[in-house]
Amino acid sequence: MSTTIAAPAFVNRHSFIELDARARAQSLMDPGSWRELVGPFDRIESPWLPLQGIAPQSDDGCVVLKGTIAAAPSVVIALEGGFQAGSMGEVSGAKMTAALDLATQDSQKGKKTTAVLLLETGGVRLQEANLGLAAIAEVMASMLVLREHAPIITVIAGTVGCFGGLALAAGLSSYIVMTREARLGMNGPEVIEQESGIEEFDASDRGLIWAINGGEQRVAMGVADELVLDDAQEIAAAVQSYVKAGLPQVHRSQQVELYRRRIAALDTSGQIDPLTLRQSWNNKSREEGKR
Amino acid sequence: MSGQVGLRGKVWFQALTGRDCPLEGDPGSVLTADATLGNETARFLCVVPNPAARFPCARRGEVGLEESYTLAMRVREAIEQDANGTKRPLIAIVDIKSQAYGRREETVAIFLATATAADAYASARMKGHPVIALVVGQAISGGFLTHGYQANRILAFDGSDVVIHAMHKEAAARITLRSVADLDRLGHQIAPMSYDIHDFARLGLLHELLHIADPDKPSPATVAQVQKSLMEAVADARAGSKDLSHRLTSEGAREMRKAGLAARALMEEQWHHD
Repeated sequence: MSTTIAAPAFVNRHSFIELDARARAQSLMDPGSWRELVGPFDRIESPWLPLQGIAPQSDDGCVVLKGTIAAAPSVVIALEGGFQAGSMGEVSGAKMTAALDLATQDSQKGKKTTAVLLLETGGVRLQEANLGLAAIAEVMASMLVLREHAPIITVIAGTVGCFGGLALAAGLSSYIVMTREARLGMNGPEVIEQESGIEEFDASDRGLIWAINGGEQRVAMGVADELVLDDAQEIAAAVQSYVKAGLPQVHRSQQVELYRRRIAALDTSGQIDPLTLRQSWNNKSREEGKR
Repeated sequence: MSGQVGLRGKVWFQALTGRDCPLEGDPGSVLTADATLGNETARFLCVVPNPAARFPCARRGEVGLEESYTLAMRVREAIEQDANGTKRPLIAIVDIKSQAYGRREETVAIFLATATAADAYASARMKGHPVIALVVGQAISGGFLTHGYQANRILAFDGSDVVIHAMHKEAAARITLRSVADLDRLGHQIAPMSYDIHDFARLGLLHELLHIADPDKPSPATVAQVQKSLMEAVADARAGSKDLSHRLTSEGAREMRKAGLAARALMEEQWHHD
């Protein structure tokens, strides 16, 4: 007796999460179209980390590739979650801001250049504290200029997730693509537990964390756009589709009245149930949330 | 020191606008008023503690959900009203503890709320409104990203109780596994880590450091002094670019942000090598 066992699709999947920032960025661009700018061999490192006995990295954890996606001029900016938790320092911030500004300059000259941000980050690099926070403000400012010309697509794949100040940058993007393994939030669970107590947030409760910050929830509640599998091809296809789609009619961070009404309607006497929120924000209000 | 974060902000909002309550329909934590500044009208915005706030983690001067969306709404209101006329200055009076650290906030995506407020401020700046941040007390972390850091010009009071930082000291010590004493010592050696406003001023991000006598009790003389500095900052913003490029060309930046400027210059050079 013989049985045929079909290999499940996931066996043939190429994990995106297992790639480092450089390989992730490369996997999103048209083959042969890209080159890396201010790469590791240019050796522009953080001047602040060695002063604190911490080894710097010769790309400062930020990889910038210029090339095309679906034949459209694009720049991919990827933060390396494996280096200082993807945190934003002076150099990584300058690279990100400069690349966004150059994409804007090209776009203004008629060569519309999309930016793709791969955000795996805890936010500000505390060893460069105020220059990291300033860099995030500058990244946000530069995103808002580019966004008038070309879309900004943020991909959060995991497993670091996107937290802290750069979660605001995610909030400013035109589209957000997430995996189930990814998390997106301003304050990480540990920070909330420290600041407001374990009764407010138990940072060891993984179910709670993913119920609130996880990609599935963020997409289902309508604050991120697409849930993808941890599959390099599927993620590349999602990015390509948003490059082709171009700018949304309205950016989510411009929908002030919609979200102000939603916040006003919440019952805040107890904690807010993530599943109920999904229903009230993304089912009942699907029409009004349309962009 | 005023003891509680936000109280000094409220005192200066009152001194500069003559008002002390929110506009109709707004939460108690956001004060907005149009008031005279020199020979024009400016819109002043301030986040203050609201012990009765609907969100329990946003009662002590934190920037939470209601604060973010209210700021965004009031800033966009000014943009719309001035669409065909003189763009009024927007003055963000900053004395904020931080962003709100709560589960409710996280659940309903405070990252989007704060981005929405920052978007509004930056949009105003890009449309030609002079946006000035006046840091009178604390300007911490995501709270400052939301309310103030998108300004054309940043002014700060001088004083040991005026702090601009990525994270308040106790939390930064815990997360970087250092003692508060270590953090203070490092701050003196490493300017971007410092909690001292004089070290912050060295980074080239500030337009002016204001020396105000008795900052918790504004007098006619100190109010006039602050107004004069605000007017100068408004004029300077109107004469300058609408982006944040001046933060990179300041004397302080040229000294303290050499690595970042080198990365930027190289990026510009390599970008065009197609």
